[in-house]
This record gives sequence, C-alpha cells and structure tokens, in this order.
Amino acid sequence: MLKDEDRIFQNLYNDSGADIESAKLRNDWNGTKEILEKGREWIINEIKSSELRGRGGAGFPTGLKWSFAPKEVGSRPHYLVINADESEPGTCKDRDILRFEPHKLIEGCLIASYAVNAHKCYIYIRGEYFNEGQKLQTAIDEAYKNNLIGKNALNSGWDLDIYIHFGAGAYICGEETALLESLEGKKGQPRLKPPFPALIGLYGCPTIINNVETVAAVPTILRRGAKWFSSLGRAKNTGTKIYCISGNVNNPCNVEEEMGVPLKELIETHAGGVVGGWDNLKAVIPGGSSMPMLPKEICDNMKMDFDACVENKTGLGTAGIVVINNDQDIIKCMARIARFYKHESCGQCTPCREGSGWMWRMLERMAAGEATPDEVDMLFDVTKQIEGHTICAFGEGSSWPVQGLIRHFKDEILERNKFDPVVKKNKNIPYLVDQHLLEKENA
Amino acid sequence: MSVKKIHKEQPETFKFNDKSMEAANKIVSNYPNGKQQSAVMALLYIAQRQNDNWIPLQAMKYIAKFLDMPYIKVYEVATFYSMYNLSPVGKYFFQVCTTTPCMLRGAYDLVKVCKNKISEKENVLSEDGKISWMEVECLGACVNAPMMQVNEDYYEDLNDKKLEEIIEKIYQNKNPKPGSYSGRINAEPVNNRKTLLGNKNA
Repeated sequence: MLKDEDRIFQNLYNDSGADIESAKLRNDWNGTKEILEKGREWIINEIKSSELRGRGGAGFPTGLKWSFAPKEVGSRPHYLVINADESEPGTCKDRDILRFEPHKLIEGCLIASYAVNAHKCYIYIRGEYFNEGQKLQTAIDEAYKNNLIGKNALNSGWDLDIYIHFGAGAYICGEETALLESLEGKKGQPRLKPPFPALIGLYGCPTIINNVETVAAVPTILRRGAKWFSSLGRAKNTGTKIYCISGNVNNPCNVEEEMGVPLKELIETHAGGVVGGWDNLKAVIPGGSSMPMLPKEICDNMKMDFDACVENKTGLGTAGIVVINNDQDIIKCMARIARFYKHESCGQCTPCREGSGWMWRMLERMAAGEATPDEVDMLFDVTKQIEGHTICAFGEGSSWPVQGLIRHFKDEILERNKFDPVVKKNKNIPYLVDQHLLEKENA
Repeated sequence: MSVKKIHKEQPETFKFNDKSMEAANKIVSNYPNGKQQSAVMALLYIAQRQNDNWIPLQAMKYIAKFLDMPYIKVYEVATFYSMYNLSPVGKYFFQVCTTTPCMLRGAYDLVKVCKNKISEKENVLSEDGKISWMEVECLGACVNAPMMQVNEDYYEDLNDKKLEEIIEKIYQNKNPKPGSYSGRINAEPVNNRKTLLGNKNA
C-alpha cells in the first residue's frame, strides 16, 4: 500500500477543510513563485520527465501536450481550459478535488497557464456539480484576495484570471473539442481533428485542455521533484491515481493509490471486498463505463495501470472501477450502459446516433431472451461498424463495453437467446411458417 | 440528445429581474469582448432559476436579444442540454440516477418509491404540485450510489426507506438535509478506512 506521505490529495475525505489556511498547512502554495521563476522550459521538462499522463481517460503525456502550445504568443491569446465535466459512469474523483482540494487545482492552473503562456483559464464544470462549483468559486475568491492569482500573481509578473463555466448536463462535453464548442455557447458537438486545439482551439486560439486531476497533481510533482513521482509505479505508468470503486462492493470509496496497484488489492483492502466474497465476482469494468469489462479470471491477477489494461484488451480510462457480482444480470447491466450512450450521443455522426440506439434495443432484447443466436454475431459486427467511424471517441466508448460483454460472456448470451424465428412447432399453420424457407425445404 | 417537449402554455413576456440582470452582466464580463455568446448557457440557467425552474420560449428570445445572437442558436442550446427544463417541474425536482453503478446498488428501488409516493409517471407533478421526478443518467457520485439530486443538492447512499422519509419530510414542509444517508463522511469507505488516518485523527 502507498505510504500516506506519498499521497498527493491529503484532503480527499475532507478531514481538515478546503479553505486556504488549511490548504497552506497541507503545503499548497508553498514555493509556487520559485517554481515559476525556474521558467517554462524547466516546468515542461520536469513534467515530461515525471512521465505524468493525463488522468481524464486517454492518458496522453501531459508535458508533451504542454509543449505543443506555440512558444511565442502571436496575435491570438492562449487559453488554458480545465476539463471538470466529469460524467463517465463509475467516476467521481474530480468532484472530490473540486470540493476538498480546490487550492491544488488553482495552483496547478497558475503553473500550467504560465507554462503554456495563457492569461485566461476556464474551468468547465458539469452543471450538476453546482455546489462543488460554488466551493471552487470560494477558493478562487480567496486566491484573488491573497494575490495568488489575478494581476501580477504572487509578484511573479504573471497575470492570470480564472473563470468557472458551468455545463448543463451533456456527457459529450467531456470530449475536449465538444467542450470548446460548449464554452463558445454552442451545442456540444465535437469538432474534426486536426486542427488540434493546441493550435486552433477556443475562439480559434491556441488552447491547452487538461483534466482536473492532472492539473491538481502538477504542483506537488514540481515541489517534490519528477524523480519522486516517477519512482512510483513503473515506466510510462508513473505516479499515483485516484481510484473510484463502486458497484457490488462492501465499502464503495474513492482512494488514491500507486499506479499499477493490483485490482484485487484495491477491491479487497480498500473497498471491503466484493459483496458475497471474491468468488462471487462476475466482472469488473476497470475504467469507467466506456472500457470493456473483464471477467473474474483476468481480475485475479490484474494490475491497474494504462499499459497493463491495454494488454488485457481494455483501458484504464478514468479509473472508475465498477464491480459486478454474480447476483446481477450482466446483460441487463450492459443494456443500461448502452441506454446511457443512446441518451448521450450528440447526434452528429450517423453511426453513433443510430448505432447507439440500435445496440441498446438489441441488448434489451437479449436481456429478455428474445434474440436469435445469429444476432449476437450481428451485434458484434455492428459495434465494429461504429468504432472508428465517428468524429470523436464516443463511437469507441459506446461500442467497447458491448464488445467486452460479447468477448467474455458470449456463452451466457447464447444460452439465454434461443429464439428461432421459424415456427417449427406449428408447421401445419401455413401463415405462421416462413414460406421462403419452406420452399427451400421442398425444393 | 434528449427529446424535449416545449410547454403548451407559454407566458407572454419575459424579462430578467434586477438580481438576474446583475448575475447575467457579471457572467458576460467573464468572456472576451465580442464573445458574449459564451454566456448563453449560464444565462439560460439564470432564466430557469428566475422562472420557477423552467425556461419559456420568451426567455430564449430575450436572451438572444441580450447576447445579440440568433434566436435559433439559443433554442438549439436549450434543447441540446438536458438540464434545461422546457416545461414546468415541481418546486422540488427529483432526479434519480439509474445508470449502471447506481442500478447495481438498487436505484430502481428508488424509482419504485417515486412512482408510489410522487406520481406514476415521470415529469408529472405530485398531487399537491410540489414534487416531480425523473430518471437521469450518471450524476457523478458513483461511490455514493444509489443517489439522487433534488434541485441543486445531492442525496447519497439512499435506499427505499430513506427516500420515503425524505419525501415525507418535504410533504410536511421540512427541508431534508443533503449529503450521505449512511452516516459516512463524503467518499470514504465506511468503517474500513485504511488511508490518511493521521489526518483523520489530527
């Protein structure tokens, strides 16, 4: 288990309060000015060598992303946008950072905006997190009052304004270009890439978009050094991560652990074990609902980091672990996830708009045992038609969970779905018989 | 994308009151000059709060003029995002999360209670007109499942009995307290905390 002193988010459970005094006791805002004085190059190189990867799902190296921002500010200003539109089912880590560690986030915003030459930072919070947004606003006001941000922040000569922008309940706005559209006051429909936001983003200006957890981890990494951070976990999968463990466990919780912690340890030690014991485990969704599920055999020895997940044909995603035990109907669970994607598709690309509803209806029928055996393969084929044929990654996100289900639990679906469209029993009732097939038989 | 019905009976006019106007101007100032369209989401939300939790068409027209943008663009935004109510809802608007992590922990028991205690159908007011409810997608508090949102507050770690109590309290004009209903603090594991114990005991 990770040592307590190595945990970045010391106030994850709000033991000591989120206000600035308590935050300073936890070492926030300590030596921030000195960090800024070391310069852009140093900050970006330090983040690069810490091998911090984005915590929002895709796992893109943060230092590399920052280095994509143009070195000199041209005619267009730069923007920093923080993605706090946390809506992935199974994930609720950013909420606790917004509520209990807002100063880590604000400090991270200052450093990141300095590194990418931005004077304005927008934090896009999902609309449902109204109270969390108010808490963050209180912290921002505190920071302004103490000259931690604002004009000539920390007397470093750097100006930074931070604004909160509330979403209004659209999962797709967690996709970075949809988020930018939404920030511009439009429908949240993703843009084609390229051009990438680092060059043409918000209002057509260079924009760097980072997840809340990523940015909030930055100040601690710079204070304690890239070496410390990269000593945790393994190469390319370094540092710590907040895991959200929900579903059929005895004590669902958020916990910060080292990258690469065994899945079993997370569930058994921190979440109090699977309801009904480890043997009652059916499947685990390891990284939020978009990631394919894993059956118990793989979960036994699974390690939780980006590369280990990919080896097992899934992904770490947001590290929202949803545990499903044998008391649940796994097909129904997936049908509900498919309904989520049907509801949240933005409607821009046809494969996703039509396909997500199609997959949902099909899975509902399979849960009820009303599908034919052939349709299982057909469903798998449909998921392959959606994947990779859409503007954003929503196509993958909606089809991967269905693929995961079919990959690991095909037998179970087939066992339940034996419906045969040809009515053999009543062959003597002519209008109930598929005439076409009859003709074939007689031929 | 959610399917939304525009309410049949629309008010004749809509105008921001002083409080809304002040909030609206402050929001607009957050964005660069000429990019005031960015404020449309916040303004719709302000209009919704002013108008008993729903947005009439007149409000959209008003906001379009306010931000100097086409009405259809405001209409698009209002119909795209799920948090804008385009027809009246109860003073207490229950949103029960039923996505898989909540469903695994019994969210549909909560739906059953809502059907019995509030109204048989979603988005229909209760008999005294105070409460309406609907199923929503993930609200982002999965480790505190099952949960629901009433107006702005989250009610977490519920079960059918606790939800019944909450509804009874509202019928009796008392405000039930938001937060976790299993006695735990935030997102820590109940009686099983192994981390950051030094902070807890400090």
